[in-house]
Amino acid sequence: MTDEPLLRVRGLTKHFPVRQGLRATGLVRAVDGLDFDVRPGETLGLVGESGCGKTTTGRMLVRLLEPTSGSIEFAGRDITHAGRRELRPLRQELQIIFQDPYASLNPRHTVGRIVAMPLQVNGIKPPGGIKARVQELLELVGLNPEHYNRYPHEFSGGQRQRIGIARALALRPKLIVADEPVSALDVSIQAQVVNLLRDLQRELGLAFVFIAHDLAVIRHFCQRVAVMYLGRIVEIGDREDIYERPQHPYTRALLSAIPDVTQLGPAGRIRLTGDVPTPLDPPSGCRFRTRCWKAQDICATEEPALVPRDGGRQATACHFPEVAAPIDEEVSS
Amino acid sequence: MSLSPVEGVALAEIESDPDASTTAARGVVGRSPGQLAWLRLRGDRTAVVSGVLLVFFMVLGLAAPLIEMLYGVGPREQFQNLLDGNGMPLGYAGGVTGDHWFGLEPGLGRDIFVRLIYGLRTSLFIALAAALITATIGVTLGTLAGYLGGWLDAVVNWITDLTLAMPFLIIALALTPAITLRFYGERGQVSSAFGVGVLIAVFAIFGWTSTARLVRGQVIALREREFVEAAKASGAGLGHMLFRQLLPNIWAPILVSFSLAVPQFITSEAALSFIGVGLSDETPSFGRMIYDSLDYLQTDPAYVFFPGVMIFALVFAFNLFGDALRDALDPKSSR
Amino acid sequence: MDSSEPLPSGEPDDRPAVPAQRSDQDAYLRVDDLRVRFDTSDGVVRAVDGVSFSVDRGRTLGIVGESGSGKSVTSLAILGLHDPKRTTITGEISVGGRQVVGLADEEVRRLRGRDMAMIFQDPLSALHPYYTVGRQIAEAYRVHHPKANRREARQRAVDMLDRVGIPQPARRFDQYPHEFSGGMRQRAMIAMSLVNDPALLIADEPTTALDVTVQAQILDLLADLQAEFHSAIILITHDLGVVGQVADDVLVMYGGRAVERGSVEQVLRSPQHPYTWGLLSSVPSLHGDADADLVPIPGNPPSLINLPQGCAFHPRCRYADRAGSRSRTDVPELRPAGAAGHLVACHLGEEERATFYAEDVASVGVAR
Repeated sequence: MTDEPLLRVRGLTKHFPVRQGLRATGLVRAVDGLDFDVRPGETLGLVGESGCGKTTTGRMLVRLLEPTSGSIEFAGRDITHAGRRELRPLRQELQIIFQDPYASLNPRHTVGRIVAMPLQVNGIKPPGGIKARVQELLELVGLNPEHYNRYPHEFSGGQRQRIGIARALALRPKLIVADEPVSALDVSIQAQVVNLLRDLQRELGLAFVFIAHDLAVIRHFCQRVAVMYLGRIVEIGDREDIYERPQHPYTRALLSAIPDVTQLGPAGRIRLTGDVPTPLDPPSGCRFRTRCWKAQDICATEEPALVPRDGGRQATACHFPEVAAPIDEEVSS
Repeated sequence: MSLSPVEGVALAEIESDPDASTTAARGVVGRSPGQLAWLRLRGDRTAVVSGVLLVFFMVLGLAAPLIEMLYGVGPREQFQNLLDGNGMPLGYAGGVTGDHWFGLEPGLGRDIFVRLIYGLRTSLFIALAAALITATIGVTLGTLAGYLGGWLDAVVNWITDLTLAMPFLIIALALTPAITLRFYGERGQVSSAFGVGVLIAVFAIFGWTSTARLVRGQVIALREREFVEAAKASGAGLGHMLFRQLLPNIWAPILVSFSLAVPQFITSEAALSFIGVGLSDETPSFGRMIYDSLDYLQTDPAYVFFPGVMIFALVFAFNLFGDALRDALDPKSSR
Repeated sequence: MDSSEPLPSGEPDDRPAVPAQRSDQDAYLRVDDLRVRFDTSDGVVRAVDGVSFSVDRGRTLGIVGESGSGKSVTSLAILGLHDPKRTTITGEISVGGRQVVGLADEEVRRLRGRDMAMIFQDPLSALHPYYTVGRQIAEAYRVHHPKANRREARQRAVDMLDRVGIPQPARRFDQYPHEFSGGMRQRAMIAMSLVNDPALLIADEPTTALDVTVQAQILDLLADLQAEFHSAIILITHDLGVVGQVADDVLVMYGGRAVERGSVEQVLRSPQHPYTWGLLSSVPSLHGDADADLVPIPGNPPSLINLPQGCAFHPRCRYADRAGSRSRTDVPELRPAGAAGHLVACHLGEEERATFYAEDVASVGVAR
């Protein structure tokens, strides 16, 4: 693992104009200034509740959405506003896995055609032919290569997700954006797919941006974790830091809200009141202040910067971060 | 519509059921959605009966010259000797005999059967050609407008609205004679090919809007689907997006709208011929025959009966088949 | 049951303040050998195949299963919501001593809403978009309280909205469902289900569509309301964590059959069925070794149209061979195992199971 980041994101922003008729009546600040790096072979988890902008971020990283401002650098090149032709060589190194295994495969194409699609649109002829490569990929993701000629409707949700993974791997990417890859699957199938992705990550040395709402899944997959709230990163750090020494009140609340099989009965959990505010009109200052039990006057006026504490790799955007208490004391008390 | 809708629906439910897919995969190898639709269509009695009838009609139309040869009577041959002094056919039921199966036209004494066969040929040709052209225009405009959006979408929408606002019948009434006049002058003998061409052109100008709207809506719905995004994320160009990803998913509704447009054009052609702006008397056509026969509604009902039944059967078969096709391609909509 | 009295005083009718320890026979809801079949052209789908359980007032039963396990079909059968033309239901369902199976539509409708109510996964589809939320709640009240006038019904609805934690209930009364956020909508849905003070509440994946922080609020709310109204709750979910948090008893379903039943401690702390083991060890946890691989259940959930012969779980079971050919031919019966009240449907012997559990499951450090 080198120190030179594979993906460098600075000030990434996406605003969607809200229109009524022809007039723009407002802005949805879906993503509002993100900074993060992903190094080669590293797995970064983006976690947050609905409306936090994690999916929009993922779409921007693979350039399915055009960023409003900020920059995305991939392998040293600025791809923020690159056109289709300029992106082409980079597309091969940057792929995406989708959430819905039913919508992400073209129902009119055979599995072979679906997996071969990235090769064909990029005019790549692998040694041994496309069919051999596709069958190799199917085998890699744990599917029967003989199923080459079958159609998506003949497969279960978990198998379909494997097909989507094989397609993402076809171009031998260096970075994969995985957008909630297991949340649409049955519980007993989720573990199969998480394990598969983990094996692939290790074997192929892939870097991942893993987007999920489930902190427990992220914990099993990611080395680094970024917690998002209303379009911003509120805390980013190594896995151990985030799960054992979370400093942002929101991270703590999120962790304590997850019902854990190992804890029976109502645990002494942190309760957030209310819902996530609308990104159409986010709160002033710290965006979390309306649900935060520690909020003071300064939180309403001044937006806290995402700053590392003690020169470490954990950065928290909070005026009153928890520095001392490890999470376990609070959660299991 | 269909006689056994339950089977089709249940089968489709089971096939699309994610839980059942493993079972399906074990039993059936590599059945495409198209093949499944074909199986459903084949299992639907209405579809089979109407489909066979349509094939029969088309063969009749195609083989018109051959039938003429075997039958031994031409569409323009006149049998004045078989008419009485008032120009009415001799014998029963409009002169039905072994030589003239559907009898003879009063007045000119032409054979109704062979004229019907040629009328079928004309009607089918006009309707199919018009449907093909409108589908092509509609699919092209609809796909581009839906997928690219922006100003192109706005322009296409505007043209669609404009076309829909134009009164079809009035323009057809005004335009057809004007065009004929422009090309042939007052006295020129209008060729039947020209008349047919003008009709097809009029249908094409007015008929594409519904297909364009349908396709545009479908494409917009598909555009946001993740498999389209996956292709985009792999760097696919416009051609791949349109022809490989989008079109294969919308040919089902296109096919249905095509199969329902054909009977519409058949009746429109008959209607236009009926009000006198369609084809001339030279070209055998359903509308023209019904128009001519109305004078004899009381004296020679058989003359009205045969063309009437024929056009009814043809349009009915097309509509039934279109509906069955819709059920087979999209089993969920039939409930 | 006339409850013209406003909340939160509730109704001091014949309900005991403290649940008396009663046998299964007297439980408020008793389901005995329930079988639900759908007839399709492809054959008979046995969506529920001989399931029995009971829930008393003040208790929460968690029904756990994956898609196609029959858990939702069971709840619809209790509420009498299946189309009688397509469905055959046999067995017994008794709600408050009254038999539901075979009851006339009219009678079931009277029970529904008054004695039993349902909370759906997606409140947006359960609430009518064209009427205000308050009006829908008030209507639900007036259906079972025809004597209540408009003002009383409104007051009752506002009280309910307040009770489920919706701020400014009087103003919210006149808003439409789309003006509510996801969490607020689910609260409104709960208010509507509770407006007639039902003794039995069935919640089908009530928090699956919600964010975790909101889910925590809703689960707390359900627990609070249960303490207050002393209702029997059935919570249907795929999330064992949620079950561990709120349920007293657990029923694990697979392929339309109950495979394990017991108290929440029994099922989650000393699970007996290999399927339950699989579920527990495949769920990622916030504790334990994050780098260890999850232990998934191989294969896919079965199709109810084509259920495996014998034990429905045997094609995915690691221990199927140990039980011999029985696993492929005989459907295992639900038998007592371990502590009292703990039932499991498995061909393996009790000692075998204990060994496998100790070696393969507990050692991985999942369930403690």
